[in-house]
Amino acid sequence: MNAIDPNLQGSNDVIDMTHGGGGRAMADLIRDVFQRHFSNPHLARGNDGAVVELPPGRVVVSTDGHVISPLFFPGGDIGCLAVHGTVNDVAMMGARPLYLTVGVILEEGFARADLERIVKSMAEAARDAGVEIVTGDTKVVEQGKGDGIFITTTGVGVIPEGINVAGDQARPGHAIIVSGSIGDHGLAILSRRENLEFETEIRSDTAALNGLVGAMLAAVPGIKVLRDPTRGGLGATLNEIALQSKVGMMLDEQAIPIKRDVAAGCELLGLDPLYVANEGKLIAICEADAAERLLEVMRGHELARDAAIIGTVVEDRHAMVQMRTRLGGARVVDYLAGEQLPRIC
Amino acid sequence: MKYIDEFRQRDLAEKVAGAIVREARSGRDYHFMEFCGGHTHAIFRYGVQDLMPPNVRFVHGPGCPVCVLPVRRLDDAVELAERHGVILTTYGDMMRVPGTKQRSLIKAKADGADIRMVYSTQDALKIARENPKRQVVFFAIGFETTTPPTAVALVQARREGLRNFSVFCNHVLTPAAIQHILQSPEVRDLGTVKIDGFLGPSHVSSVIGSEPYEFFSEEFQKPVVIAGFEPLDVMQSTLMLIRQINEGRHEVENEYTRVVKREGNLKAQALVSDVFELRPRFEWRGLGSVPYSALRIRSEFADLDAETRFELSEKASREVKSCECPAILRGAKKPTDCKLFGTVCTPDNPMGSCMVSSEGACAAYWTYGRFRTRDGRTAGKEEIVA
Repeated sequence: MNAIDPNLQGSNDVIDMTHGGGGRAMADLIRDVFQRHFSNPHLARGNDGAVVELPPGRVVVSTDGHVISPLFFPGGDIGCLAVHGTVNDVAMMGARPLYLTVGVILEEGFARADLERIVKSMAEAARDAGVEIVTGDTKVVEQGKGDGIFITTTGVGVIPEGINVAGDQARPGHAIIVSGSIGDHGLAILSRRENLEFETEIRSDTAALNGLVGAMLAAVPGIKVLRDPTRGGLGATLNEIALQSKVGMMLDEQAIPIKRDVAAGCELLGLDPLYVANEGKLIAICEADAAERLLEVMRGHELARDAAIIGTVVEDRHAMVQMRTRLGGARVVDYLAGEQLPRIC
Repeated sequence: MKYIDEFRQRDLAEKVAGAIVREARSGRDYHFMEFCGGHTHAIFRYGVQDLMPPNVRFVHGPGCPVCVLPVRRLDDAVELAERHGVILTTYGDMMRVPGTKQRSLIKAKADGADIRMVYSTQDALKIARENPKRQVVFFAIGFETTTPPTAVALVQARREGLRNFSVFCNHVLTPAAIQHILQSPEVRDLGTVKIDGFLGPSHVSSVIGSEPYEFFSEEFQKPVVIAGFEPLDVMQSTLMLIRQINEGRHEVENEYTRVVKREGNLKAQALVSDVFELRPRFEWRGLGSVPYSALRIRSEFADLDAETRFELSEKASREVKSCECPAILRGAKKPTDCKLFGTVCTPDNPMGSCMVSSEGACAAYWTYGRFRTRDGRTAGKEEIVA
């Protein structure tokens, strides 16, 4: 799925070094591709930066770099992913995301049609999420010095009055909720990797979660922790929270929603779905007596129909995440050393 | 999922666990070596040990393919990639295993060597076809399970006249290793390692069958139960072993009947013997030099043998001093007996092979069992379960 075709180099159909050179070619590219799709008054003004108005409240800023192979995958592409990723990071702070900035690094030889497709996808994702892309930057690197396209987005949002969400607020007795099935994104990506292609219906779950978070906070303003289990999956994210809050967790394996296809794909590849990436799921931790109410609101939202309570925060000075296995035993759910590697036997 | 979910059911697990508690005699201990890393992984991942009574213990065996590969062979692989400039293709598990001075394939790759992770020998062949000007070596490791695919690749390369492809063969044999463990002084004379029976390999046995174990169950009077890799397989097989011991039997039984036949897969066996022959000796990490325990490529395929094609230098390969992987692989020590475990040696910075693969005993202890006590508390290293 690599978009670079050396035979097209120099034609209008691919990005060349002049598109990053600061001259007319670059200006044309910005106007014809980026401004056209992202169209809003901030960009149209053509200044070095955007001047924006913010409603009252504490301001959240978050940034995220996006690199992915393949660039286009079932359920999405790097463009919408770059918007969702940062919108979600801002939303996980309990904030309402309002503005995004975008930095794009293109590799010489990248197909212009693919760039258009990606930028269009970003524009749609931003519109759907209700955020504006107010400023950006484009650079071109020589062929071989980039992987087609890298996108960095920064998001700005505002936390409404009375909301206080943070990773260090999990306390023993709190309920742990996940918004839906885990591992969909990671498996969808793997199923399209060059040396691994397999037939599956699995689609990435990439989605902007700010709407869902808004509904959740409206129903239960006292939510303690929100986090999206992206890279490293549910396992890594819960470990992060446990360490930050200095608590343990006890999960119930049977309660964790996993799609059949994802479970099967993981079996095939020797992967543990607990560590497979998600791009449209969140973990919420709240007081036990608010859990049912929160769950009900979540299940009423299209992005969290399969939400489930998956465990409880417990006291543990070692900050370990443990899991009652579906067999009835227990195990530690640890951080992974690096990426999961497939097993041989 | 068919053939998976049935073997992970809680109510059945409780029933089997109940039978084990009833039938295991309180006056004695039962020590069973699970040979395969796949079993070790299942025991830890599903918390099987928690369901066993205290007198039924698992001893983790050497059946983790990356764990038993001696440092020298890994250093050879690094040399192939670095000095001979080949494209070295390997299974993912192998990437992080430390060689001499902690040099691993992943580090060699970072320094510029062309090392690529593949999922099958077919991927390695594809890379060879796509890079006709480069030498492509497949780093073949594993027990009898992974041997037939390597044989297929060699036959295919020969048929296609693929001259830039070769195999660095490190395939090893299970029955020879089990026999070697049973003959070791620790088991036989000193009795420091107690092994009352074996959970026999599952995938390996699908190829070689259950028959090869009959000799040593008779000779050493130890029961063997061929066990699948699902947690219920492990539990049911444990129950079968307890019954054999209680009844004074020492037979080869097959729990994994949905896959394993007594004679195994004859077609795969024929293919393997067309391409490979026994090595008189092979060095194992942990077990030392074991006679007739590994395969080499037959002379008819010598032109596709990386050891013939490339000159590999003499090296002073060394494991980390005080790494207890060798004793752990023999079942003589537990990971927690090792000074390095959890201090210097962690999955982030493995000193020995057992800390790398998810099938290695140290990695399994660390990942799933570290700081967990039998009653579900978390605690210090000295109280670890298993």
